[in-house]
Amino acid sequence: MSSTDISPASHQFEADYAAHRRRARRVQAVSVLAFAVAFLATARMGGFFDVSEVTLPSGERVTAWRLWAGLPRLGEYLYKTLPVLRWDSLGTDLADWFWRWQTWLRLLLETILIAYMATALGVVGAFILSFPASRNLAPSRLVLNLTRRYLEIVRTVPELVWALIFVFCFGVGPLAGVLAIGLHTTGALGKLYSEANENIDMRPVEGVKASGGDWFRQIRYGVVPQVIPNVISYTLLRFEINVRASSIIGFVGAGGLGQEIRVAMSLQEYTDLSALFLIIFATVIVMDFLSEKLRHRIIGISGKGL
Amino acid sequence: MLEIRGITKKFGDILAVDDVSLRIEPGQMVGIIGRSGAGKSTLLRLINRLIDPSAGKISFCGCEITHLRGRELRLWRASCAMIFQQFNLVERMDVLTNVLIGRVAHQGFLSSMVLHFSELDRARAVRALERVDLLPQALQRAGTLSGGQQQRVAIAKALVQNPKILLADEPIASLDPANAARVMETLKAINREDGITVLVNLHTLDTARSYCERIVAMREGKVHFDGAAEELTQARVREIYGTDGLEAEVDERVTSTAIPLSRPRQPARTEAA
Repeated sequence: MSSTDISPASHQFEADYAAHRRRARRVQAVSVLAFAVAFLATARMGGFFDVSEVTLPSGERVTAWRLWAGLPRLGEYLYKTLPVLRWDSLGTDLADWFWRWQTWLRLLLETILIAYMATALGVVGAFILSFPASRNLAPSRLVLNLTRRYLEIVRTVPELVWALIFVFCFGVGPLAGVLAIGLHTTGALGKLYSEANENIDMRPVEGVKASGGDWFRQIRYGVVPQVIPNVISYTLLRFEINVRASSIIGFVGAGGLGQEIRVAMSLQEYTDLSALFLIIFATVIVMDFLSEKLRHRIIGISGKGL
Repeated sequence: MLEIRGITKKFGDILAVDDVSLRIEPGQMVGIIGRSGAGKSTLLRLINRLIDPSAGKISFCGCEITHLRGRELRLWRASCAMIFQQFNLVERMDVLTNVLIGRVAHQGFLSSMVLHFSELDRARAVRALERVDLLPQALQRAGTLSGGQQQRVAIAKALVQNPKILLADEPIASLDPANAARVMETLKAINREDGITVLVNLHTLDTARSYCERIVAMREGKVHFDGAAEELTQARVREIYGTDGLEAEVDERVTSTAIPLSRPRQPARTEAA
């Protein structure tokens, strides 16, 4: 086909297309460069390129890349946490390893209950506040900004800091932990819920409004049925996160297994640490498994509309 | 009687509806036609008060509705039921609940939060669903129905609102011809049997001619024609739609979605191309 067959319109298109491709490639190049620069800068700041003085077993001092030099120490630490288990005295060795199992089991139960209660409280607050915090649903700009700022504040402050404050207010114990994790959950879930709200189809909402529904009924009929599967999914994911959070929150005296971890660390009881770690690990796996099962079940059921 | 006086709506610099005045007698079936963007949709939304006018007044039976607020406004919206092109149903809820949403303006706060409706409301909804032939589907999710069925659910919802006026915004634009005819027949039946005023936006001229005794044509936000279907001549049609440099006449058969055999024949269709 000779070039004379190309119509002026398709000629113009070819030129536009080439320009479009050039622009896209330029944007791509700039973004890759920006990403690489930011990555290298943060790695530098994080000490990834640092070197340190190391003493070799022979007594010789050399400078080595810090990351490389420190790696063996990780193995050393993990080795210290290994209990002595012998085949012929396995029962007593295990009993030795989990010597405080009664306290630990009680604290494990406390840990799960803290997570449960905190999630329940957090969900109520987050669910209610997520509607005024959604750009498409907020009754006014003022309400939108107030609820958004509130949710930002409560989720920006880490759970451990809230726990410190609440231990100061309400004393040592699980109450402080529940409040701390619950408050943080409100902030985190409120954000996720409101994002789900912002992605809904607004036509049903308009349909309810046109029938004479006020703001609350527009939310109840037009919005809630659309977001319920997301809400359940986010809530169960949050519960898993909260089990982890409540297992360390005891560090500052807010109940749960964390206080035992802290004691074991400060007394350098390495085998206690590995025992506690195993307990938490097993719990988290079981919780993740159960909540995933539940999530799938409920999403199937909620097809009925709630 | 619905009386619209000098209603105007601006979106930024764009005049969507420009100084429109209309008087609509009770029990009329009025078709509103015009190009896309002529302001038909905006006009219906102004009447239902989904949007507020920039200027002008709307009154119904001598009662000013342009400044209603709160509960009064919601009761007004309930009494002029609105039907949308995209049905605007809650797809994840069952058909019955969707129809019952037509009663929200009369439902207590706590009842609405737990989705509780009175026996009377339920009976109303069942009757309305029976009328649009969808009672067997009452417990299905609305999203599982076809477009035509969903639009009839929307009509049932409008019926339980006990409306004085029915506003239909392009009710058949996303339906196939058979469903479109069925929906238009239902609207016509409601108009004839219940004496409810019906205002319907249409973009197919022949549908408007077949079903509406009065046609209002809009162009660039203004009313360009207002009269009986037979007064709408080919020259007028060209004025309303403009032909955008196209040489051809506006041929109603090209845009038509109606099925000729099932359509009630109007005697005064002499000038149709």
